Amino acid sequence: MTVDGTKNNGPADGTAGEDAPAATAGRDGGRVPSRRALLGWGGAGLALGAVAAGGTAVALRTGGDAAPAVADVSSAAVAFHGPHQAGIATAVQDRLHFAAFDVTIDDRDELIALLKEWTKAAARMTAGDAVGDGAVGGLAEAPPDDTGEALGLPPSRLTLTFGVGPTLFEKDGKDRFGIKDRRPEALVDLPQFPGDNLDRARSGGDLCVQACADDPQVAVHAIRNLARIGFGKVAIRWSQLGFGKTSSTTPDAQTPRNMFGFKDGTRNVSGDDTAALDRHVWVSAADGKADAKRGADWMAGGSYLVARRIRMHIETWDRTSLKEQEEIFGRDKGEGAPAGRKNERDTPHLPSMLPTAHVRLAHPDANGGVHILRRGYSFTDGTDGLGRLDAGLFFLAYQRDVRHGFVALQQKLARHDALNEYIQHVGSAVFAIPPGVRDSGDWWGRALFA
Amino acid sequence: MRALRSTTVAAVAVAATLTAVSGCAQKSDAKGADGKGVIEVTATDTGCEVSATSFPAGHVQFSVRNKGSKVTEVYVYAPGDRIVTERENIGPGTKAEITAEIKAGTYEVACKPGMKGDGIRQKVTASGKGAPAARDPRLDAAVAAYRKYVQEQADQTLPAARKFADAVKAGDVAAAQRTYALSRVGWERTEPVAESFGDIDPKVDVRADGLEDGQKWTGWHRLEKSLWEEKKISEDDKKLAAQLITDLEDWQKRVGTAEITPTSMANGAKELLDEVATGKVTGEEERYSHTDLLDFQANVEGAQHAYELLKPVAAKNDPALAKELDKQFAAIRAQLDKHRDSESADGFAAYDTVGKDARKELSDGVNALAEPLSKLAAAVATGK
Repeated sequence: MTVDGTKNNGPADGTAGEDAPAATAGRDGGRVPSRRALLGWGGAGLALGAVAAGGTAVALRTGGDAAPAVADVSSAAVAFHGPHQAGIATAVQDRLHFAAFDVTIDDRDELIALLKEWTKAAARMTAGDAVGDGAVGGLAEAPPDDTGEALGLPPSRLTLTFGVGPTLFEKDGKDRFGIKDRRPEALVDLPQFPGDNLDRARSGGDLCVQACADDPQVAVHAIRNLARIGFGKVAIRWSQLGFGKTSSTTPDAQTPRNMFGFKDGTRNVSGDDTAALDRHVWVSAADGKADAKRGADWMAGGSYLVARRIRMHIETWDRTSLKEQEEIFGRDKGEGAPAGRKNERDTPHLPSMLPTAHVRLAHPDANGGVHILRRGYSFTDGTDGLGRLDAGLFFLAYQRDVRHGFVALQQKLARHDALNEYIQHVGSAVFAIPPGVRDSGDWWGRALFA
Repeated sequence: MRALRSTTVAAVAVAATLTAVSGCAQKSDAKGADGKGVIEVTATDTGCEVSATSFPAGHVQFSVRNKGSKVTEVYVYAPGDRIVTERENIGPGTKAEITAEIKAGTYEVACKPGMKGDGIRQKVTASGKGAPAARDPRLDAAVAAYRKYVQEQADQTLPAARKFADAVKAGDVAAAQRTYALSRVGWERTEPVAESFGDIDPKVDVRADGLEDGQKWTGWHRLEKSLWEEKKISEDDKKLAAQLITDLEDWQKRVGTAEITPTSMANGAKELLDEVATGKVTGEEERYSHTDLLDFQANVEGAQHAYELLKPVAAKNDPALAKELDKQFAAIRAQLDKHRDSESADGFAAYDTVGKDARKELSDGVNALAEPLSKLAAAVATGK
């Protein structure tokens, strides 16, 4: 992959935060970069002005003030501040650790204090810095602020994307934080879809954090440290590791494959297609106004996330003939070309596919132009005790309105998709993703609590 | 129990710093507080005179004369009431010699007429190199009070443990089951101190998975397995019950000599929560009897006691931390209260009846308390 080929985010991260004042680093600059002048990936470079020059210097994490070492571009930092949160339009990283939290307190001020502390830690970690006073060198009698397993690792394009679930607004009939009337109409409780077999312990959540990075240790470190900061105020409800991206937001790059062996996300929303992002992914100021009777204007610049843990019946799929597999998807397995076409990106001819083919049912042309930005990951959580892989797709999709996005699509897929014989939805959650953190004085969810 | 893990309470303090040498039946040839370091101690019913209040560190001999009418005992305490050496049963009109290797520092000599109470005390100083820096007197008081608590827990455990052992020896499964968990409370409250004597914990509190190759399984949990899984008491079990009492008596006798510092108290409190997190919340500790919740409560009580004693200093150095700890201790106690069962012998529901959601809630509560508790040692060790 090249820098040019993976440019994305568009203006998403186009505002430099106060944490990134020294935007002069770069291998052509001949200067040692400040630890905070790390280069973003693609669009982040617009903020820092270095990607255009091909600058790829990044700082490695250190325990103290040691001079940063220089590593390659896939380990760079993604800007944390901007009008939209990073981790959505950002070129999809290789690894995921996603966590859903229950808030265990009902004090609004305490929750706000935690969100501020989380935001501070998130800004540090995405820049490749340790949390608080670091992992070493502090008081010998006290446990270190940072857990330390990311010491010496580069930022690895870590993004931390924060969301709030329906139960934050109201749980068991209680408006714990005085924000019930600010719940957007678009943040619907997902309906029960045919075939759902949802595990309550793997579903829902008051808050979520999506950690994506090119190094799994960096993603896990981020969730672990946020969970630690949150003890006593929030508790992890469930979490999911993902080891391989199944969609990309960089159409020029090779399309990744899912656990069924098929290319996934060929027609995904591109991370640098600002028009498509504005139409399908980002909540507009007008949406907020339209939703304003519910006081949802705080969502402008945000998005909605649907997370589904989709278990795949790997073994039965593997016993299915190639012909049937290809018919089920509506694409050929090798190239990924739509049925009856030659190349992956050829325009699909939907009538050439079976009426129950996955691509035919899910294609925007068959759904009044509905697009969602997919950002899912494959998972394998060992085996299930019956000798079968506990594997599948951890589906993550961002959209401007869940009602016209995932819900509309899934109503159809759940009823007709030929793939249903080989998959089962076992976990489900929906979150409102607030707009980006503007600068170092801003924090996750500020507009919601304003 | 915890296998193979070092604790912050240092192992057998006497061996580490001060070797008490029993001066049993030695005849006095006192030459005064000279180079040989003989200190005369005159004990009466109302007084405790020492011939010198300062002397050089090193091998020191205390020559005790009981001029009172009651049987007395004499202790030499290091700060925090750590026993350096002691002699009991010194009858009226008799003499006794006590010797000890004493490092530089301040100590107290205590005479206890009637062998009761804190005793009549004299401050003494051993001079020389390496005297420890003076500590906040509030912390010394905290350590002394904690040491007293630890001893009380051991003292209270023995009668409860004997009740249990007697039931086992009588072959009465039902009575043994009723008294099992209650016999463990004092131990569970102060486990980190007990564990500092590396040899006692493996004898009395080891679980099946903590055994080393060739190690004979003894103690509470072996009996637990007989009582709940095998549901019968063997001849060997009866011997194990007697051995348990012998081992606990050893603990009771030695626990006062453990080295305890403010930091080790704080870390001990955190370790008690570690015990809860790794053994009780999972139901591993009491896997046959399912009496984990009483252990859980005892661990929390012991941790809270240590915290309350350190609180005057901690609250000054880190008020926010103290506030959070107060809140979380109250919260976890309230959570435990939800699982009380007055029908049960130990007052709590059997842990195998506690569902997945409730266990998760308890686990979250433990995390909420243990995380701030891990910062207590720093709040005690350093002012902010």
